[in-house]
Amino acid sequence: MNLIELRDIRKTFFLGEVVLPVLKGITLTIAKGEMVALTGASGSGKSTLMNTLGCLDRPTAGDYLLDCEEVSRLSNDARALLRNQKMGFVFQNFNLLPRTMAQAQVMMPLLYGGKHISQREARQRAAAMLERVGLADRMDHQPSQLSGGQQQRVALARALINQPPLLLADEPTGNLDSQTTREVLALFKQLNEQDGITILIVTHDPKVAASCKRVIRMADGLIEADETTVPRSP
Amino acid sequence: MKTLRILLASLTALRRNVMRSALTTLGIVIGVGAVIAMMEIGNGSSASIQKTIASMGANTLMIFPGAAASGGVSFGAGSTMTLTPDDSEAIQRECPSVRDTAAVVRSKNSPVVCGNKNWVPNEILGTTPDFLKVREWPLTEGAAFDERDVRNAARVCLVGQSLVRELFQGQSPIGQEVRLQNVALRVVGVLAKKGANMMGRDQDDVLIAPWTTIKFRVSGATTANTVTVATTTGSTAATPRGQLFPGASRGTYATRSAIQTKNSPTPVRMITVDQITVSATSAAETTEAIAEITGLLHERHHIGEGEVDDFNIRNMAEIAKALSSTTVMMTNLLLVVAMISLVVGGVGIMNIMLVSVTERTKEIGLRMAVGARGMDILRQFLTESVMLCLAGGAMGIALGRGTSYLVAKLLHWPTLPSLGAIIASVLVSASVGIIFGFYPAWKASRLDPIEALRYE
Repeated sequence: MNLIELRDIRKTFFLGEVVLPVLKGITLTIAKGEMVALTGASGSGKSTLMNTLGCLDRPTAGDYLLDCEEVSRLSNDARALLRNQKMGFVFQNFNLLPRTMAQAQVMMPLLYGGKHISQREARQRAAAMLERVGLADRMDHQPSQLSGGQQQRVALARALINQPPLLLADEPTGNLDSQTTREVLALFKQLNEQDGITILIVTHDPKVAASCKRVIRMADGLIEADETTVPRSP
Repeated sequence: MKTLRILLASLTALRRNVMRSALTTLGIVIGVGAVIAMMEIGNGSSASIQKTIASMGANTLMIFPGAAASGGVSFGAGSTMTLTPDDSEAIQRECPSVRDTAAVVRSKNSPVVCGNKNWVPNEILGTTPDFLKVREWPLTEGAAFDERDVRNAARVCLVGQSLVRELFQGQSPIGQEVRLQNVALRVVGVLAKKGANMMGRDQDDVLIAPWTTIKFRVSGATTANTVTVATTTGSTAATPRGQLFPGASRGTYATRSAIQTKNSPTPVRMITVDQITVSATSAAETTEAIAEITGLLHERHHIGEGEVDDFNIRNMAEIAKALSSTTVMMTNLLLVVAMISLVVGGVGIMNIMLVSVTERTKEIGLRMAVGARGMDILRQFLTESVMLCLAGGAMGIALGRGTSYLVAKLLHWPTLPSLGAIIASVLVSASVGIIFGFYPAWKASRLDPIEALRYE
């Protein structure tokens, strides 16, 4: 069962007179429950591909089927709801709200779900999710009171609060030391194996890439290599 | 529920930057505070100015008898005697826009004698106690004569300040006797100083007595001010058509039989007054009062459609005009000041919200990434600015009320609490929040999530 199916995705930027093709026809399928690393040199188009996969950006041409549903031509509002329900984002620099308690950070996506959730239930779900990522005792801490690894785990809890089938991580360990990198990757792995969440990690770090079963390498707007290997723990 | 959560989210966002929120709000606090303080102080001043002008007689109406005409020659106002004390009472009783009425008779200016001094006052008026209410003329000393004095034609009078100066050398005249055409009158009260009127006439040079006293004791009942209506034929000297009021089907008094007339040929006396002075309930009600009085007098004097009125009503148009122009000017002035304060406060809010949008670009990008629609972002920023404005409005009301209270207490300026100003400033501060918060909020909602997330 394919979660993601890309058919000849092309993305071209028009900067005045200059025509800049960034994605030059990507065809790719990712099945449910996979854990995929996306690597490549900078400028190879992996961020653009990530934005396209995350429904933040529309491809110039091609079809994007998420859960067997064409999503590249949906309206902005429909895509916002899709982002809310079907995917979670984790960023390199965490992107937490300043001076906001961890619990409130995690609750934030529930506000945009379009479903009625009471304040009480939202609190409970946020607390449960923070407990999952091992921060049960840090619920009323602000980002400045948390370490980098803890901040990334708060961000992870926020990404997962709506129980999305897909987790998109853009350099999630880029700002972490090797010890915390291992912890966060272990958490990713646990989520992938126990909850069956499909995870796509954009990374430069070969060690992070090596921890995934499947590694897609991009170069110059095309998929250069797509290898399935036996994962090694970093 | 969603609204509640948006409110909570906005509140959290505002709490994240308490200092900035407080400073933003300060603009509105000062704006609304200034509006309310200005309105209350302004309203107070305006009311006191209007009261002063009104006491000059802006709401006073004067009813004079009409003009007699004979063969195309008009004899001018007051040449017939058509107003009666009953007219005055009827106006008081039946016209809702009328506050007080007073019948007035005038005596010809004759010297007032007191001891070895004498003085000819400008005016010698006979009237009812209500005259003082109509003219809003207080007494500095003593008390006014009352209705009983009027009924009894009591020998009492009130004197103006000029008379006190000339006849009594400034000593208290209460209880003293003055003589007016050999009628001794006891002074019972002294009128407060009123100064000259608009024509430069000294209003304090006056002696006021019950109208019955002036009419029957001083002027003499049978002289000029009495209309003699003889029911015998040819009684056209005073009333050309043999009737007191034109169109009257019946005389004021029952028609007497020929035998009665023969037996007692005494003429019937018709008591008239020179003028009826009326005060309307307010300066604005004078037009209404004129209409009511005209209607009533038409009925009482049997004046039909198209017939000439036998009375004239005059108002103090000059004073009324001054009053209304003052009121309009004060209102406009206050409005302009209020608008300027609120616009300045609103621009302050817009500035801060724009800064806030720029500063929180990353947060907006993140919210969009986790599923916020443009609408949600717009709503959040709009809620924030409206909350700031409403909080500012609430504090501004307290500040404004406090200021006007202090001004009233410490400077003794007249202030008038204005509920309208409070409601208006709450509404205006909410709309300032919406209007000036809309542009930044709209700008935020139009951000591209990718750009916003990458923004440093």
